[in-house]
Amino acid sequence: MSNSRARGWYLLLVLPFIGLLYPPLYSRHDPELFGFPFFYWYQLAWVPVTAALTILVYRRVVHR
Amino acid sequence: MSAVTVAHDTDGVTIAVFLVLFGAVTIIGFVAARWQRAKTASLDEWGLGGRRFGSVITWFLLGGDLYTAYTFVAVPALVFGVGAQGFFALPYTILVYPLVFVALPRLWTVAHRKGYVTPADFVRGRFGSRNLSTAIALTGLLATMPYIALQLVGIQVVLGAMGITGDWPLILAFAILAGYTYQSGLRAPALIAVVKDVLIYLTIIVAVIYIPSKLGGFGHIFDTAGAALTKKDPPGALIPGTTDAQVAYATLALGSAMALFLYPHALTASLSASSATTLRRNAAVLPAYSFLLGLIALLGYMAITAGIQPSGPNYAVPDLFAFMFPGWFTGVAFAAIAIGALVPAAVMSIAAANLFTRNLWAEYVNPNMTDEEESKVAKIVSLGVKLGALAFVIVLPTKYAIDLQLLGGVWILQTAPAVALGLYRRMHRHALLAGWATGMAVGTALAIDQSFKSSVYPLDFLGLHINAYEAVYALAANLVVSIVGTLVLNALKVPNGPDATAPEDYVAPVDAGGAPLPATADEDRRAGRFQRPASTGART
Repeated sequence: MSNSRARGWYLLLVLPFIGLLYPPLYSRHDPELFGFPFFYWYQLAWVPVTAALTILVYRRVVHR
Repeated sequence: MSAVTVAHDTDGVTIAVFLVLFGAVTIIGFVAARWQRAKTASLDEWGLGGRRFGSVITWFLLGGDLYTAYTFVAVPALVFGVGAQGFFALPYTILVYPLVFVALPRLWTVAHRKGYVTPADFVRGRFGSRNLSTAIALTGLLATMPYIALQLVGIQVVLGAMGITGDWPLILAFAILAGYTYQSGLRAPALIAVVKDVLIYLTIIVAVIYIPSKLGGFGHIFDTAGAALTKKDPPGALIPGTTDAQVAYATLALGSAMALFLYPHALTASLSASSATTLRRNAAVLPAYSFLLGLIALLGYMAITAGIQPSGPNYAVPDLFAFMFPGWFTGVAFAAIAIGALVPAAVMSIAAANLFTRNLWAEYVNPNMTDEEESKVAKIVSLGVKLGALAFVIVLPTKYAIDLQLLGGVWILQTAPAVALGLYRRMHRHALLAGWATGMAVGTALAIDQSFKSSVYPLDFLGLHINAYEAVYALAANLVVSIVGTLVLNALKVPNGPDATAPEDYVAPVDAGGAPLPATADEDRRAGRFQRPASTGART
């Protein structure tokens, strides 16, 4: 495993921090989805996205 | 919307279902001792289940351990009370897992190679400082005790909602818990966690489909809750509007995420995994619980829409369930919460016992314990820890347990520079100890200054106005002292302690998914008094 390439993939795991730790990005009511205000469905959507990113990094870095 | 006060009547069907499920779990707890049992008695066997749990059991155990009964009661209660601010639990439990994915495999690997059972064991080996490892162990114990007490509060709430009052049912429930933890060690909560998680998933999935269908859909629930929140005193909000609220939201999420895996019970469940790869896989699939927690938080809004007037701050969800569900399903839901308290309470008491035995008893009282004596001490301490938590809840008002748990989160984050950064960098042991002391003092002072009413502290500093989680300020102070102290001490050539670990100890070939290499005799010698686990590489 080449270390610098591995580190590049790990950077993907920074995305959830950017997406979730700056509330002005998502402190809004609209657009709604299935009756959920944006604030709620946006954050819930980060659950599968973060899981997918983690699986991707796992497959690229660890499981090759 | 009409106000609904739910009477805490004794419903025979609810109690019967509750008792059947609780009884089944009790049997599982005692039978667990026979599961994958090793021939030898040691702390590795009792306190870490022999480090043999595969991906599936680890998923259940970590999920059952981290998402506690108190969480299920308190998070929706907070959302019920203040609105969006309580929803920080969701980003918090999302951001935990990238951190876990990166750092925990390193800790697991070094702990496995060196036979470390507790975070303080690692610090002892890494920094060669007894003072520092004692500080880490004491912080872990202080943070864990009120957390165990809060699990009891969770049980108390569902018992109360079923009309069962008095102290004896709680004492009975805890006597059962103490019995099987003593006998089966970590294997008991590992198996019970499977039942707990199935019941919790069932309850929540039914709740988020059935309750909104009765209340006119999610759109209506958010609209009514949003309108009701603005009328509260102080007013809540459906969306955090002010900068203050947003900074508080983000720092609470980040601070809590960094703190979670420093808790001894989280590390105990992690170190019991059979490989570093097991932990990586779990970091990818554990967020399923976070999705569930997000939905659980919304139960607070459902309770507002249903017009529930809870009899106490923690009764929003139990009262909602009792009001909406037929009696038998209320029994299932209440059993899910009560059993949900048993898993973390068991793991926490085991973690506290491991810390006490390894880092206080062996360090200061009896350094020459055999493996068998070590596990015997830990088993007795686990009883004492639970007795202490029980006395706490029965004798003192609930408020103290909640205040101390809040403070516990601030405290445990102060172990981050030694335990988490210690996996990558070796700062000076004296600087780390000074940083830890600074962080503890700052965090405690801020919490006291707020009279424990809020975990957020408004600070005006150099013309800046910040409204952030207390633990984050304390960690900042801690890091400044640790880093500056390290630079100064190194410049003055003050000797740092010996390091029992080598760089290759953190990255074992387990990365490829295989079993770790056995340690050499030389590595064992460098590990000092820590014995390697009796069986290595056994994977399920």
